[in-house]
Order: sequence, then structure tokens, then C-alpha cells
Amino acid sequence: MTELTKLGVAAIREGVSSGAFTAVEVATAFNANVANAKALNAFIVETPEKAIDAAQAVDGDRAAGKPLGKMAGVPIGMKDLFCTQGVQTTAASHILEGFVPTYESTVSANLWKAGAGMLGKLNMDQFAMGSSNETSYFGNVISPWRRNDGSNAALAPGGSSGGSSSAIAARLCPAATGTDTGGSIRQPAAFVGISGIKPTYGRCSRWGVVAFASSLDQAGPMARDVRDCAIMLEAMAGFDPKDSTSLDLPVPAWEASLNSDLKGKRIGIPREYRLDGIDEDIAKMWDNGIAWLKDAGAEIVDISLPHTKYALPAYYIIAPAEASSNLARYDGVRFGLRDLPEGAGLQDMYAATRAAGFGEEVRRRIMIGTYVLSAGFYDAYYTQAQKVRALIARDFDNAWASCDLILAPTAPSAAFGLGEKNADPLSMYLNDVFAVPASLAGLPAMSVPGGLSKEGLPLGLQIIGKALDEQAVLNAGLAIEQRSGFTAEAKKWW
Amino acid sequence: MSVDKDTVNKIARLSRIAISDAEADKMVGELNGILAWVEQLGEVDVTGVEPMTAVIPNKLRLRDDVVTDGDVRDKVLANAPAKEGSFFGVPKVIE
Repeated sequence: MTELTKLGVAAIREGVSSGAFTAVEVATAFNANVANAKALNAFIVETPEKAIDAAQAVDGDRAAGKPLGKMAGVPIGMKDLFCTQGVQTTAASHILEGFVPTYESTVSANLWKAGAGMLGKLNMDQFAMGSSNETSYFGNVISPWRRNDGSNAALAPGGSSGGSSSAIAARLCPAATGTDTGGSIRQPAAFVGISGIKPTYGRCSRWGVVAFASSLDQAGPMARDVRDCAIMLEAMAGFDPKDSTSLDLPVPAWEASLNSDLKGKRIGIPREYRLDGIDEDIAKMWDNGIAWLKDAGAEIVDISLPHTKYALPAYYIIAPAEASSNLARYDGVRFGLRDLPEGAGLQDMYAATRAAGFGEEVRRRIMIGTYVLSAGFYDAYYTQAQKVRALIARDFDNAWASCDLILAPTAPSAAFGLGEKNADPLSMYLNDVFAVPASLAGLPAMSVPGGLSKEGLPLGLQIIGKALDEQAVLNAGLAIEQRSGFTAEAKKWW
Repeated sequence: MSVDKDTVNKIARLSRIAISDAEADKMVGELNGILAWVEQLGEVDVTGVEPMTAVIPNKLRLRDDVVTDGDVRDKVLANAPAKEGSFFGVPKVIE
């Protein structure tokens, strides 16, 4: 029999609906992989029974001749940022440890409705703040990948969706949800050699997703290939009246419209992304990507995004500002942790609770956000950053006059080792240099595997598209996938 | 602009996060490092540029003025760290 955990979303759905195997067999196989991979620390909570229940329902529907959903029989991992009714949801924080939502996020509900089942809640950077999955209260996630130099150095799976990327790369799940505020789907996907797409801001409902920076937060799928991402994104997306920024638009048939023929498409290569001292492997992969897209029929054009260098500093004002406001809700009164020192009053209880419940990076960002929003500094920092953000969005608008898509690296390097970038918060922030501009502009952007570094580690190519044009992004991703010949996998050690 | 320890303590107070003296000292350096780096935004000419408020043009919807939620007291209280009866319990706030 086929090894079920080697299959992706499309193959599982196909096999379940044709009767080649049952959904319960699939769920059982993935449950076993999850249970045997504790060394990766990818899951905060495992829910094998949920995966089996959902699979039984799908097998029952098939036996009864009922139509099956887009994700029928596919067990997935759920990033711990999505509220799941009856299952602890922590955003990988201590302050939400033990929090059991009494409601279900819209995105996860959509996935269950489409026939997916839940293998468990995936570890992540605390409140999605991080690029290496080293800020989780529940410990670091380890990448299944290792360098080819014989060292056993533990590598970062990327962040913040590091549990998602590690679990997919290690075949603990065929696909998983991610969220992307400033690269948190794309960078982890790149680090472990899988695909992931952040759709246009507003495609996926934010309702029931623990908030980080609301004008940037956007959910998306992470999976082994482009088709699987298209299938899962269709299941996740859709208008939701409960999210005021949800786009009231029909969900396109992304999977059915996949087409890797790029004739007539113009691909922009932003010269500002070719940084001085760019990593040699990254530069080579980028050149390969250009050649592959040319081969697929696209025309390559040089473009300029002049405000690129200001994207990161603008992001590190806007995101912490929004976070400081969003995270004000954690007060030790209504849910989550309470730390009430002997004899303390209400104000002391707030301060003690938040000091005990938030990790170092979260506290740092709340304080930066509080500072840039405080009286006397608001205009100099926050308003200025929002103006620069408008210019960054305008750069993209101007670029669309001469191109339809943009090709760039996803991250400036391959995965780094755990602990290598911890000394200075800034050096960690710089890892998101290529990912953040598309986030600030709300544009759809995807990472697909582009090759291996000299150390044998995956590298990702990023495709950025016009607002609402996920189809073109997915199509270009498919064109790259068909030409890159990327089949490398992490060798099992866990 | 840079921050000193008093400012860090003030920001911590505004953020309702208790910090120790040693943490405040460490935070002075970290915040100044980050603030010095974001300072480069000041060199961008933003004359005539409106601050961005929505990345994707989208107008705010109004819904019908009807009750769509409620009667979920037990659910609201389910995760309270110290509920008392049907209320959230907090330390005494009036003398």
C-alpha cells in the first residue's frame, strides 16, 4: 500500500474519494507520525481523537454517497493562533495557557466544514512575534533539516509559523494553517522546502484568530506543493461578516484554474532587493527562478521599488503599535493567567499578570508600541510610518504599470541555527527584509522551494502579485515547481 | 530621540508591565537600538502623502441594528481566572 504520510492534500482527497484507502487510515498514519516526533516540539497540543472523528465522518459521508468537501479526509495541523472550540489555544504564550475557547475561528470552521480533521495545535512564536520560533513559551520548534557538514546543529524552522513548517517538512501533516503578519508563512516555508501563500489582506477572516497587528495579520495555507496550497486556500477563504475587513467577494476556483503557461505575463525583478553582499546561493537561486519563468513563457522586466529599505523600520513601528493596543486585553480579569501578589490592588495585578504572562520579545514589542503611540511621539513615529507605508504601497502600484508579478527571494539566507540570532533583536528582524513590503501593501505573496544552499538547506523563491490576483501568484509558483526539480527532503533523525 | 531609564519605567507603567531595575537597564539599550534604527524613516519625503489606513480599498459595512448575539453568560465567564457567581472577580478597587 502507498505510504499514506507521503501523500499531499490532493492525493489524499483523491484516494479517499475513490476508495483507495479510508480517511481513518490516513488519520491513523499521521497520528502515529505526530506521536513519534516529540523531538521536533512542533505541537503544543495533540488531538488524535479529533483527527479520527473527522475522518470517520468523511468515510461515513462517502459510504452514504454524500458529496465530499474540498479537504475531505485530509488531517491538518492548526497553528495555535486559531481559536478552536474545546481545545486549548495559547498563541504559544503563558498568559493564555489553559485558555479553552468556547467558539471556533471562522477559518478553522471553514476547514472542518470542507472535511479536514485536526491533528493538533501547532507551536509557533509567541503571539506570532518572531522569525525563528524561539519565542514560544512551550519551547523551540526544531527544524527536521540539518546542514550537510555532519554537524547536528539544531536549525530554526522559521517563524512565526515554525510548528507548521516543521510538521509539514517532517510529514507529521500534509498541510497546516499559517498566519503571516510580516512573513510568518513565507519565511518558514522557505526554511524547510515547502510552499505557502499569504493571500490578499481580507481574503481569510481574522475572526477567532488571536490578534497581533490587525492591519497586517492574514491567514493562509502551508503545504507540500502549489496545488495543495490552492485547494486549502479555497477552503479557508471567504467573506465573513464577523470581520470588518473581510472582503465581500466570491472565492475564485484557484485549483481548477491553475495554469503554468505564463505567456504574456511580465515578471518584475526589483533592483532594490539585490542587496549589497547578497548571499551567493540566494543570488544563484534567484537567477534560476528568472530562467524558469522565462522558460514558462514570461517576459522579465527590471523594476524599481524605491522605498524598499524603509519597509522594515516602518513595519517595526506599525506592528508593535497595533500589538500594544491588541494585547491590552490580557489583563488577568476575563481569561488567561492572573498573577495577584499578596495585598496587590487592581493596577498591580495588571502589571504583575502581564509581566509574568508575556515573554521577553512580546514585552519588548508592547513597550515599543506604547512608546511610539504615546503623546508627543505619535506623529514622529506612527504617523510617519503610516505615510511611508502608503509610499511602499504606491511603489507596488507604480510597478504594476510594467509588470504583472514580482519575483524575489523569500529570505536573505537559508535557515540559521537556533540561538544564532538571539543576541540582538535587530539582526532577527532583518531576516524579514524581503517579506515585509508585500505585507505592508496587503498583497498576495507566496514562497515555493527554489533549490538548496551549499549546506544542503532549502531556499525559497517569493512571488508577489497584484491585490486579489492569487491566481497569477499560484500559476507562477506552479511554473517554478515544475522546473525546479525540488525533491529534497529532511533525513529522518527524530 | 532616545530613551533613558525614567522613560523606560514610564513606558512600562503605561504598558501595565511590571519590570525590575535590571530589566529596565537592559531595555534602555534595546529600545534605543531599535529607535535609532527606525529613525531613518525621518529622511523620507512624505510631503502631501496621506497616512495609510486601509491596505485594500474596502468600505466599512453597516449591519442592521438588531441583536445578533448574547445570552452566553456562562461562555463569557468560562475562562475567567477568578469568577464570583456570575461576575468577574477583581481585587477591591474602592476604599
